[in-house]
This record gives sequence, structure tokens and C-alpha cells, in this order.
Amino acid sequence: MLNVPCSGNFLLPFRNPHPLPRRSVEAGTFRISKMEIPYAIQARPDTGLYNAKVGIWLFLASEVMLFGGLFSAYVLLRVGADQWPHGWLNVTLGTANTIILALSAITTLLAWVACKTGQFGKFKFFHACTLLCALTFLGIKSYEYHDKWIHYEIKLKDGTFADGHLVEKSPDFDLAKKTGTVTLHGRIVTDETLLYDLRAQKNVELKEVTVPTADIKQMENYGPWHNTYLALYFTLTGLHALHILGGSIVIGYIWGPGRRLWKKNPEQFTNRVEVSGLFWHFVDLVWIFLFPVLYLT
Amino acid sequence: METIVHEFPPYREHEATHGPAAHGHHADIGFGRKYIFSTDHKIIGIQYGFTALSFLLFGFFLMLLMRWQIAHPGQPMPFLGPLLAKILGQPAAGGIISPELYNSFGAMHGTIMVFLGVVPLAFAAFGNYVVPLMIGAPDMAFPRVNMASYHAYFLGGVVMSVSFFIPGGAAQAGWTSYSPLATTIPTHGQAFWIIGMVLLITSSLLGAVNFIATIIQLRAPGMTWMRLPFFVWAQFVTAFILLLAFPPLEAAGVMQLMDNLFHTSFFLPTGLAVGGQLANVSGGGSPLLWQHLFWFLGHPEVYVLILPAMGVVCEIIANNTRKPIWGYKSLVYSVLAIGFLSFIVWAHHMYLTGMGTKISSFFQATTMAISVPSVIILTCLFISLWGGSIRFNTPMLFTLAFLPMFGIGGLTGLPLGFNASDVYLHDTYYVIAHFHYVVAPGTIFALFAGVYYWFPKMTGRKMNEFWGRVHFWGSLVFMNLVFMPMFAQGIKGMLRRMADGGANYSAARVPGAIDTLPGTIMELHVWILWAAIALGIAQIPFVINLFWSIGHGEKVGDNPWHSTTLEWQAPTPPPHGNFDEPPHIYRGPYEYSVPGHATDFTPQNEPDVVKPVAPKVPAHA
Amino acid sequence: MSELKTAEQHNAPLTGKSELHEHPVDFNNYLRRCLFIFIAIVCATSLMIWISYLPEHYSWAEKVAMILAVAGANAFVVAGFLMHLISEKKMIYTLLVFTVFFVLGLFVLTICATQDFPTGTTFR
Repeated sequence: MLNVPCSGNFLLPFRNPHPLPRRSVEAGTFRISKMEIPYAIQARPDTGLYNAKVGIWLFLASEVMLFGGLFSAYVLLRVGADQWPHGWLNVTLGTANTIILALSAITTLLAWVACKTGQFGKFKFFHACTLLCALTFLGIKSYEYHDKWIHYEIKLKDGTFADGHLVEKSPDFDLAKKTGTVTLHGRIVTDETLLYDLRAQKNVELKEVTVPTADIKQMENYGPWHNTYLALYFTLTGLHALHILGGSIVIGYIWGPGRRLWKKNPEQFTNRVEVSGLFWHFVDLVWIFLFPVLYLT
Repeated sequence: METIVHEFPPYREHEATHGPAAHGHHADIGFGRKYIFSTDHKIIGIQYGFTALSFLLFGFFLMLLMRWQIAHPGQPMPFLGPLLAKILGQPAAGGIISPELYNSFGAMHGTIMVFLGVVPLAFAAFGNYVVPLMIGAPDMAFPRVNMASYHAYFLGGVVMSVSFFIPGGAAQAGWTSYSPLATTIPTHGQAFWIIGMVLLITSSLLGAVNFIATIIQLRAPGMTWMRLPFFVWAQFVTAFILLLAFPPLEAAGVMQLMDNLFHTSFFLPTGLAVGGQLANVSGGGSPLLWQHLFWFLGHPEVYVLILPAMGVVCEIIANNTRKPIWGYKSLVYSVLAIGFLSFIVWAHHMYLTGMGTKISSFFQATTMAISVPSVIILTCLFISLWGGSIRFNTPMLFTLAFLPMFGIGGLTGLPLGFNASDVYLHDTYYVIAHFHYVVAPGTIFALFAGVYYWFPKMTGRKMNEFWGRVHFWGSLVFMNLVFMPMFAQGIKGMLRRMADGGANYSAARVPGAIDTLPGTIMELHVWILWAAIALGIAQIPFVINLFWSIGHGEKVGDNPWHSTTLEWQAPTPPPHGNFDEPPHIYRGPYEYSVPGHATDFTPQNEPDVVKPVAPKVPAHA
Repeated sequence: MSELKTAEQHNAPLTGKSELHEHPVDFNNYLRRCLFIFIAIVCATSLMIWISYLPEHYSWAEKVAMILAVAGANAFVVAGFLMHLISEKKMIYTLLVFTVFFVLGLFVLTICATQDFPTGTTFR
């Protein structure tokens, strides 16, 4: 007698299309379990939930604590800070990203509803929109990161500060060494505090400023090392962007190779769409708080 | 259709008759899928168990090296010294442990023991193996997530271990990794430490999600909340603590990693001086923020260490006193209360950080409040012994030792919880003695008990009773000889984390000064060293017994301890899917010595006997 | 025979009701609802931006408070309707209540601990 192949015996919750405990017909070869993991797809009557939904909410609870820890760091550091920057980020781009993420949250929900009502075509369309939104979001985000990366604050030996974006396409310091100058699109200020509150200053005039390298005391770009605000900005949005990336990989899988499951087990497929959607909405939720605390205040 | 049920021979019969054929299916899966990429909760539990035991041994070994250095500062290690010099090079030159190396051993001993040893053994190993069996589930709710959890843990362990060999050595800032020290020590060991921690946190997060979902969703029909064995309750609360307390540390870890690698200043204050010079940092950070986020995990972590142990102890006491546990409901509500309160006591580790009286009083109050449910649990367990016909087998011996040992650990914690007395005792050997009494003769004894208790379920064989007793008495005596003197040292004012064991402050070094450490206190170091070596020797019977018994132990049936809980009603060792038939639960977990029952234990899944109604026949007929 | 019967009973609770058939879902109904939610989010976002540009006699503390209030309402809409938390099961509410409590504990106690100093001492 042949042995029952064991693949069916590794009780993978996603592989079993049968909600009922399955019984092997090949009795007497080797004992295959008659118990499958219950409630992998169907809801358990007393809790009203299927396993993955409990799982994702537990995961989200821990995510709440993770971002809670980061936000509490934000509060503590801001309360203890001597001065806090205002208006350092581009509100237009931030708003665009907020709207894009909200839109993707909506299409995620609609994709799930489409699955529930059995309209697979609509599912494909709406989740394609979700993915497109996610990519746009990441694109805008990386543009903003780049913008901060080429933004320099230069302490000059005469005590003034040159502040602005590098004019060369790449921060090519070899060029600066050769020509002996650094050219910024920005301004020169005498008081460093002027660089903090940009909201309070109207009509700041920006022009090309060329500084000889010999005059430079210290030169630092607006990376996370620049000050606490930027450290928080890069850490918080970086972690958030990682969540976006992870979420779009999962959604991309469900939308792409994972869609085969729709034919085999639409109910399970719908559950997957719902669970991944819940994660996506949470990521949106985090952004709803990140946007005002970083861009607006 | 249903008749097929009867064609399935019970697992053990089958194993006996078709021995070699039955093993055939193992070959089908292949070694990799069965033992490395297994999704079976029992295999994963055993994987966790062996890895965690190895790390416990490793952590213990680090401790022995440190104890040598404390007892004989600056002297080359006998036997191991040259080996150490060869492996680690400069930091152990000439077989002498340098202060830097001592610091890394200290940091890594704590980290390994807590995060790679005890938690994985108590929570992940026993929890994985036993919880699904106890609630009558075929597996964990998410088997592949379970596998990923073990792999993340293993990777974390690898990263931690590798950090010993990088230039500069492993993390040196203590297991608490306080900033700015953690950022200013010139070694990348700290970055390894954080990355390792993030992996371990990921692992326990996945594990916690899985445990909670399993306990909520996969309880067998009839297994109501109040019929859950106390061990399951303890694991449930532990999982919640891991789920919600670990992420803030992960956040803190990410920020410290940014501090270390990207030169941010989350935890570095303005005006920070390193080596007498102003550090080149942007400043504005808060060192206290790290401490808050760390202890937000750190204190609940204590309950992660102790609650599963209490669960194990409760099971074994009920089983070996042959009577129901006293106050099951009080136990359940107490463990819930502990879980809840453990989140709001953390700053009692920080009384010396300049907190005001208002907030210290708050944390002092919650700390005292949390000792109440702990005492309730211990009291219930003690009262459970009353009037029982106790069987003194090896698991029970360890369990009985747990009770007073944990009692000592818990009660010596009270002076640390009061902020007035903590000011004196903070950061002394008293603290070390206190928490080691909780974890070493406390939790680890309970875990030994668990190993002896569940070993027959995992292998179908018992561990040797005689060598078990040798292990027990050796461990009990030397454990106390190691930790009891530390109370005295701490009360006399010996600080922890000193590579020379306080020799610089000894009466021999600074004669005549007040409040130096007297010679008797310093001599205790030598005593402790020898006690620790003896404690190590006492573990040898355990290791041999564990491996020898897998193949040669006394063969036993499915339920050798005559237990009521569900895991003992499953075949031995449980096959994939655990039970021959989906179990149905009819009663609570500790129905021992039920009057009128044929045996002195009534398994949870034994159907209620319907008394046959006597035919109505006239008496005179 | 009795064994067969119990086996049957054991299986019975395993067949939970399908969520799919519990409430019939109308796609267009959802589409309309989503449109409202989207408009709500856009409005909340615009309101936050408007508040942040209010004239200077509002302090940043006041602005932050107002903005966070709007963000909270915005978050409620997303969590309540998009994550359909408004009609979730009791189990999930229980979980979230504890989580929110602990997050608030982390926030409040950390801030309190760093703002409370021993009598007669100052910071910085």
C-alpha cells in the first residue's frame, strides 16, 4: 500500500478548501489526521470571527503600540525641545499624498465589496487602483526625501548661514573641490533661528548663492542627523513607508499570482482581501496622524 | 461514511504492528520539512525547546566566566583562558577577561538568558507544544506564521551570537542598553544587539498573535473559558503582554539604531560629552525616553518570565496532589489582574532618574497593587497542597521548590518597590539576588519541572527518576548557595556591573575609609564561584538524562501521570492533527478524586455517565 | 452506534455560518458610502491645513490641539467605516479597548514622569 503523501497533512490553513473535517479514504496506510484547523475560513459561531481576522486585529493592536511608542517619543522630544521647526515640509505634496492614500483606502474597501458580491472584474480594477496609488505615494515620498537630501545648511566662518538646495544635480563634492565653490539655491541668513520657523516669514526670497569652500566652517544636509525634528520625520515616515511597501507587496500578491484562489475558493479569497485591506486602512490611519504632526504643525 | 472512523487503528497499535512502514511517511516529507521547515506546533515547540535550552547553557557558561573574573580579578582563567584568548583575541589576551569583555559578557548574559533562553522555553516551547493539545485543537491557528516565528527567533539568536566575533565585540551597555552609553561605546555590537532584538521581537509578536488567536478560536467544543487549564490562561495573558508591551521597545530599538548608524539624537542630550569632549551630535534627545520605552517592555517582561512558570506549577500541583486546584477562579482573575497592572508599574525601575514624589508614589502604589494578585496565586497554590496525597516525583519536587524560591524572590522585591528603600538598594547585588531568585530557582525550576512532566507525552518514555532527583537536589542546594550571599553583598553596598567585583572599594584596597566592603563580603565572591561551578556540574545529569531517555527511558502509556487535562488523552506522541477524534469537553480541568468515579481522575473529555434508569419493577416480584 | 453519534455531534459546531451569506451586500450602496467617506476625508484634511495657516495670535499649542481634534475625527471615519469597526464583534472591541488604554498609559505616564521633579529642584 502506498503512503498517503504528507503534504495534505501539514495543516496549512490556506490550502484546505474544505471547511468540514476531511476524512481520508485510505484507511490503514498511515494515520492521517481527521482534524483540520477549524474556522480558517468560516466564522466561529461564538466569536463571529474567522481565524485570520482575529489574527490581523491582534497584529494591528501591536502596531498601535509600535506607533504609540514612536508618537510618545515625538511628544516627549517636542515638549522638551528649545525650538521646533515649522513649515519645513512641502504641504502641497503632503496633502497630495494624504488624498492618494485616502483614495487607495477607498478602492481597497471597494475591491473587498466587489469580491463579496462576486464581481471579480471590479475587484481587479479597484485593486489595480490601490496598487497604483501605493506606487504614487512612494514616488512622491522618495521625491521629498531626495529634496531633503540635497538641502544643505552651511555654517560660514563669518558666523552667517547659507541655506538652500544644491544646484548641481548630484551633491558632487569633487566638483566643489575643483571649482572651489558650492552653489545653493537658497539664501544667506545671519541668525540661525530664522531657519527654524519658515511659516512666520512671508516672502522669503530665494536666489542662487555661491559660497567659496574656503569660507565653510561646517556643512550638513537635512538628513536625520540634522536635528530631532528631521530624525523623527525620517524615522516615522520611513517606518510608515516600509509598511506601505509591505502592504503593497501583499496586495500585489493577492492581485497577481494569488488571484488563482478566486476560482478554487472565493470565500477564502474574499477573506484575504478583507484582512489585507484592514492592514492597508491601518497604514492610512497612521498617515492621518503623521501628516498633521509633521507637515502642518 | 461514518463507519470509516472505525477503520482507523489507533496510532500506537499501528506503530507497533507496522513499525518501519509507519516511519515511511517521514521519508516522504524529507528531513528539511519535518525538522527545519515544519509547521507542526509540536515540532516547532521542540525546536524552540532545544534551541532555548542550548542558549540557557551558553548564558550560564558566560556567567561562569564572569564569576571567575569577579572572584579573581585580573588573573588568567585556568583551562579556559588560553582557549578564550584564541577565540576572542585581544579582549581576552593572556586568558584574562578584560573589563570591556566582562561588560559584553554581562550584557549578553542578561540578553541571552531573558530573550533567548527563558522566554522562548517558557512561552514558545511549552506553549507551542502544550497549549493546542490542552484546548483540543489540531494545531496552532496559523502554522506557517508559527514556523516563521521560530525562524525569526533563530536568526535573532544567530545575530546575537555572531556579535561576539565582530571587531570591538558584543554589546557592552548591559541588557538594558541605556543610552547614551549604548551609543557612545565604540563597537557595532550594539547595532547587532538591536537588530537581534528586532528579530526576537518579531518572533514573539508572531508567536503572541498565534497563541491568542488559537486560544480564542480553536478551543474544542465544550471547552469554555472557565474550563481552560490554568496553564492556558497563563499563556494567554503572557501572549497579550508580549503583543502589547514589546512594540514600544521595538520603536525604541529603531530609534537607538538610528542613533548608532545615522547619528540622530533621539536619546542623546544637548551638550553630551564623551571622553571629556563635546560630542558631535545634534542633541535635543532624551536619555530618559529610552528608559521609559525600555521599561515599558522591561517590567511586563518579568511577568512573561513568571506567568508560564506559574501555569506549569499549577498543572503539576493539581496532578500530583490528586485533588482540584484550590481557588481556580481566583487564579484566573489574578492572572488577568497581573497582566493588566504589569503595564503601569514600569517606572519603579527608574526611581533614581529624578522623578518627583507624585509620580514615584503613583508607581509605588501600582507596584504594591500588583503584588496582591501574585500573592493570591502563590497562596492558592500553597493551599492546594493541604490535605492532598502528594506524589513526590521529580516534576513535583521541582514544583514544590518553586513555591518558596519564588516566594523569596517576590518578597525581596518589595523593598525595591518602595522608593525610599530602593534609593539605597538600587543597582546593588541585592537587586541581582532578587530577580535571580524569581527567574533562576523560580522560573527555571518550574521549567525543569515542565520538562520532566511533559517528556513522556513528547517521547512516550519517562526520564530517569533517580538522576532527576540528583539533578533536583544539586540544583536546589547550589542555586541557593549562589544567590543567597548576594543579598548580603548588596545590603553591604556592593554595586553590580563592576568588572573587579568591587575590589576597588574593598577594605583591603582602601583601609580605614568608612563604608568600604569588608573582607568577608569580598570573600563571598569565591564561595559563589565554587557554588556556581557546582551548580553547573549538577546540570550534567539533566543533560545526559534528557538525551538518554529519548531512546532508553522507561516506556509509558498515553497518560502516565493519570492526568485529567486534554493533552494526556491524545495519542503519544501526538500525530499531526493531535487527536484521533475531535475531542469534546464536558468538565473543568482539575477533576481529581471525584467521589463515585472509578479512577481518581476524570479526564476533561470523558462523557458524562448517564445513570441507567432502573426498570420499574415492583419490589415484591 | 453511540460513538458514531458523538462523532456527528463533534462535527456539528465546526460548521460555522458563513459571513458571506449573513448580510447581503449591495455594491452600489457601498460605492455611494465610499464617496461620502472620501469627501469627509478631503474636508477634514482641508480643515487641518486651514487651521495650520490661521493667523499668529493662535499659539501653536492651540493649533495643534485643534488639528489633532480634526485628525481624531478623520481617524474615526476611517477606522469606523473603512475598517468597519462600527459594526465589529465584541471580541475585537475588548482587544482594542485594552490597547488604547495602554497606549494612553504610555503617553500620559511618560510625560508626567518627565514633568514631575522632586521638590526644590529644577531641570536644565
